[in-house]
Amino acid sequence: MEELLREYLPILVFLVVAVGLGLVLILAAVVLAVRNPDPEKVSAYECGFNAFDDARMKFDVRFYLVAILFIIFDLEIAFLFPWAVGFKDMSDAGFWSMMVFLAVLTVGFAYEWKKGALEWE
Amino acid sequence: MMQADLTVILPEIVLAVYAMLALIGAVYSSRDDLAPALVWLTTAVMAGLAVWIATGTGGTRIAFGGMFIDDGFARFSKVAILVSAAVVLVMSQDYMSRRGILRFEYPILVALTSVGMMVMVSAGDLMSLYMGLELHSLALYVVAALRRDNVKSTEAGLKYFVLGALSSGLLLYGASLVYGYAGTTVFAGIVQTVSQDDLSLGLLFGLVFLISGIAFKVSAVPFHMWTPDVYEGSPTPVTAFFATAPKLAAMAMLARILYDAFGGISGDWGQVLALLSLLSMFLGAVAGIAQRDIKRLMAYSSIAHMGYALMGLAAGTEFGVQAMLIYMAIYITMNVGTFAFILMMERDGRPVTDIRALNLYARREPGKALAMLILLFSLAGVPPMLGFFGKFYVLRAAYEGGLIWLAVAGVIASVIGAFYYIRIVYYMYFGDEGEELDTRSSPALWGALMACAAAMILGIVNMFGVEAAAAAAAATLVN
Repeated sequence: MEELLREYLPILVFLVVAVGLGLVLILAAVVLAVRNPDPEKVSAYECGFNAFDDARMKFDVRFYLVAILFIIFDLEIAFLFPWAVGFKDMSDAGFWSMMVFLAVLTVGFAYEWKKGALEWE
Repeated sequence: MMQADLTVILPEIVLAVYAMLALIGAVYSSRDDLAPALVWLTTAVMAGLAVWIATGTGGTRIAFGGMFIDDGFARFSKVAILVSAAVVLVMSQDYMSRRGILRFEYPILVALTSVGMMVMVSAGDLMSLYMGLELHSLALYVVAALRRDNVKSTEAGLKYFVLGALSSGLLLYGASLVYGYAGTTVFAGIVQTVSQDDLSLGLLFGLVFLISGIAFKVSAVPFHMWTPDVYEGSPTPVTAFFATAPKLAAMAMLARILYDAFGGISGDWGQVLALLSLLSMFLGAVAGIAQRDIKRLMAYSSIAHMGYALMGLAAGTEFGVQAMLIYMAIYITMNVGTFAFILMMERDGRPVTDIRALNLYARREPGKALAMLILLFSLAGVPPMLGFFGKFYVLRAAYEGGLIWLAVAGVIASVIGAFYYIRIVYYMYFGDEGEELDTRSSPALWGALMACAAAMILGIVNMFGVEAAAAAAAATLVN
């Protein structure tokens, strides 16, 4: 146990340094910086113009749809990568499990394509 | 090896493959009138699977290194799940197609959630348990928000999703603690490390978190907050579905994890379940009194009923599991009948959920009112309806398991809860003159209402063999 913990000592040192440095920088800004705010200074910077409108604007719901569809295939990659790395030592069952998984995913993909989820207009 | 494993889960594979084929077939045929046909086809497939499982080989078969268990207990639960899901599907067809919300995805989602429930009740490992639970929940989140242009329905879907995700988180946290302290996720391995004498605190914490996560799914107090809102907001056929099959699946899953993985410490989880049971019975009975909306009322009713079912499990005996299974089977039958009636409540073609709309209903529709009276008395546990025998079983199990205080509390709560069921009967028979409800009914709804009401009376002879089947199922789980 001792041995194991000692191996993690550099990480602990790193964490302490990281947190410490972060605190130092934030506190230094509070203590040392000269502060002299006026409305122009604290307003949002937009290339020298006055702000055009509110920053809280509505996003088209289609962005969310694209994001959700992306996540599915992102997770697929996360799942495929270790499978591909260990491909040499894999049994038939391992190979076909992934094929079945991909087939199921394809069913979902075919459905969303036909439903028009991939078309913008 | 693989071949043998696959034969064990063949019913699940058949239903999953059917759902995917139906999805692709329906979306590429580009026809809108396909949904009613798909409802009937899905019903036929699920009914066929139920017959197949019920008449299939006996004995206990274990697949995938203990991850999947097919035994009498799982088969009993699967048959009940498939039959109730199929019946609810048939009941929804008329209601949904008249309101234009019957899309072909609905029967497919019900089929997928049924696959998830079948995996849940057969899970022999924390991972397959979670996989089944998520498959089942994800499909349910979508059907709760089926009426997506309606604020209440989307709210119900979102609320259910957020709280469901929270409960999944609790369950996963518990599962990771159990894995950390037991060193395995297979129930058969966990049960060897769990013993009465030196139970590690980590395992106990894991167990409590697991129970909390599942308590969300069965809507036991204090994890019940989502139930009334989701029941009220979802389209009524979906509410009928929520109140039946998923409750049994979650209950069966809870029983399996407690007996297969933590069978050695029934004293410890018995206390937790006894508390959940006590709180659920009283909150369900008291909070239901203030409800005028029949769907919210049924939500509190189901919370109370889950309390009684948990009482059977809390006893920690084989008879307790049998009592729980019988109680759940009766509960599902009562709820199917009651929701068939609620689905018929409408005025000028629009659904009505206020119980005061039932004023003097018995004068215009004596047959339906009588059937509803039988079902409500049965829900309240009035002898000689079948609901009384369900309560009798769990109370006896609690008494024999040494939980006399819980049995006494159960009787008191059932007397309190009887008020709101009997108030509906009062409105139907002695209420004031008011606006009338339509007398329209569809054959499927009328048939389901009458069949369930008849079962409440005729079932007292021999319970249609459910008693023996539940006893056999409980024996395979506990031993």
